[in-house]
Amino acid sequence: MIVVNDIHKSFGKVRAVRGVSFDAPDGKITGLLGPNGAGKSTTLRVLYTVLQPDEGGATIDGNDVVTNSLEARQCIGALPHGAGLYPHLTARENIAYYARLCGLDKNDIEERVAGIVELLDIGDFANRRCKGFSQGQRTKVSLARALVHNPQNIILDEPSNGLDVMATRSLRELILKLKDAGRCVLFSSHVMQEVAALCDDIVIIANGKVAIEDSADGIRERTDCDDLEDAFVRAIDMVGDD
Amino acid sequence: MRTLLTVFRKEVVDNFRDRRTLASALLMGPLFGPLLFAFIINLSIERSLDDLERSMELQVIGQENAPNLMRYLRSHNIEVVAGPADRAAAIASVTSGDIDVVVLVPEVFGEQLAAATPAKIELISDRANTQAERDARRVRNALQGYSQQLAAMRLVARGVSPTVLRPINVDDVDVSTPSGRSAMLLGMMSYFFIFALLMGGMYLAIDTTAGERERGSLEPLLSLPVTRDQLMLGKISATCVFMAVSLLLSLCSFFVALKFMPLQQLGMTPNFGPTVVVAAFFVLLPFVLLGASLMTLVASFTKSYKEAQTWLSIVLIAPTLPILIVSILTLRPQVEFMFIPSLSQHLILVDMIKNEPVNLLHVAISVLSTLAVGAALTWICARLYRREGLLG
Repeated sequence: MIVVNDIHKSFGKVRAVRGVSFDAPDGKITGLLGPNGAGKSTTLRVLYTVLQPDEGGATIDGNDVVTNSLEARQCIGALPHGAGLYPHLTARENIAYYARLCGLDKNDIEERVAGIVELLDIGDFANRRCKGFSQGQRTKVSLARALVHNPQNIILDEPSNGLDVMATRSLRELILKLKDAGRCVLFSSHVMQEVAALCDDIVIIANGKVAIEDSADGIRERTDCDDLEDAFVRAIDMVGDD
Repeated sequence: MRTLLTVFRKEVVDNFRDRRTLASALLMGPLFGPLLFAFIINLSIERSLDDLERSMELQVIGQENAPNLMRYLRSHNIEVVAGPADRAAAIASVTSGDIDVVVLVPEVFGEQLAAATPAKIELISDRANTQAERDARRVRNALQGYSQQLAAMRLVARGVSPTVLRPINVDDVDVSTPSGRSAMLLGMMSYFFIFALLMGGMYLAIDTTAGERERGSLEPLLSLPVTRDQLMLGKISATCVFMAVSLLLSLCSFFVALKFMPLQQLGMTPNFGPTVVVAAFFVLLPFVLLGASLMTLVASFTKSYKEAQTWLSIVLIAPTLPILIVSILTLRPQVEFMFIPSLSQHLILVDMIKNEPVNLLHVAISVLSTLAVGAALTWICARLYRREGLLG
């Protein structure tokens, strides 16, 4: 369960996030939707604690991301945007490294890594060094690495970027599996269709503010648009440029 | 502690598989010193052999005018050959650099000698050409010697002792020991050790900071339930290990290389046996922490791999500065110098190589002050790693 409460974050003069609040409950998929530069990544980076908010805060399973950041990190698996792997390590070693850093028991690590390799269907290249992996392979390994310690909350920043149809599909299936397992999944995207197909709740962000937070149907209704894309554009217009 | 070990082990394995890191740590750093050194030693041996042992060719115009002088020159290992046609041709070819030295003996030389008036000989050379000047100096000395020999013979012929020509007899007493003479040249060695040490960890320092950021692997790493201090310390320890290995290899390669260098010909016997190798390793070891944290610190500030490389090349040179200044001013080891890292190690090493007693107080101050600076830099690195700006 992730609770975001009025986060503000500026970089110099750029006010990237200006008061974002929403909840991402367990057993649901929450989509963070918005145009480029809307503040999606900044919001997520605050949640996985690499950035500190200027104002406001957030809790992950009740752990404050600022004052209890270590505990908060314990409850999340994060896939940052454009996450990189260690090119000289094999996929399996990359995953095992994270498992060890997450404090998994030595005897469990091999088993956990084997399990996640199977879940994400990356056995074909799991023993190869990551140098020269395709974008899809990299994303899968990064995802495996983020999930290896079985986190309750999963934060994915534009996970489908650069993936082909097949890879996107299997990613979607994985996210649904996580939901069924009762996890809290929060992911960002700028692709309307993807979010609509997957998410229980959609949070549309524009200009660093929440434009609307609802289900796909709710958003259609509230913006008075049948087409979700139109609804998206209208919702963004509602925020304005101030 | 477990996190630290995990990070440490991963960085060692990761970088051990990287050819560039490996080449710079295990080949480039340790071999660069001995190779450059062998080159310099051979050059100076070649130079020191110039005077008497090496035979040289001398072009002379008018050999027939001074047969005795020619014989004298030959006995001093100077091979006399026919020179250019005339004086103008000689000057032209010396100016163009085709010939280094030409001696011109005028026809009147024999007459002037017989009449005991100063007999003129011309020595044509180019003083601006340092290579040619060595030969010219040798010929000049030979001619001077011949002149003195003639003078002595004339005095004897007149019943005067030739010693009147030498009112003062300067006797040069050189108190430097063979080990001491070594120190001048071998003083450079300490820098090569520091260079190899820094080279060994340079790519790690870049890879674990700027490289990790550029690859995009830093952000997921920071989202793990570990503290940034542990990550940083693990990375610095891995860098330290590479540096220490590189240092050890460099010491060993020097140990081997010195055996093959004809240093005795230069009158040097450096004290660089196995004991000194081990002692030198421990004297330099504290510098490893300083080097690792300094390089990590500098690399943390940079935005990219390339930028880090540029800045770290400057860090590679920085430790030479105090060594250079002290070498130019030829200062003796003093307690104050022992507070300056790199300089203190240099001075202690020079004493060891000279086979002079090493002041244990100096060693203690050197070790402690270097460790203190290293610890301070590590602390700053850890502070820096807590910043947000780290992500760039």
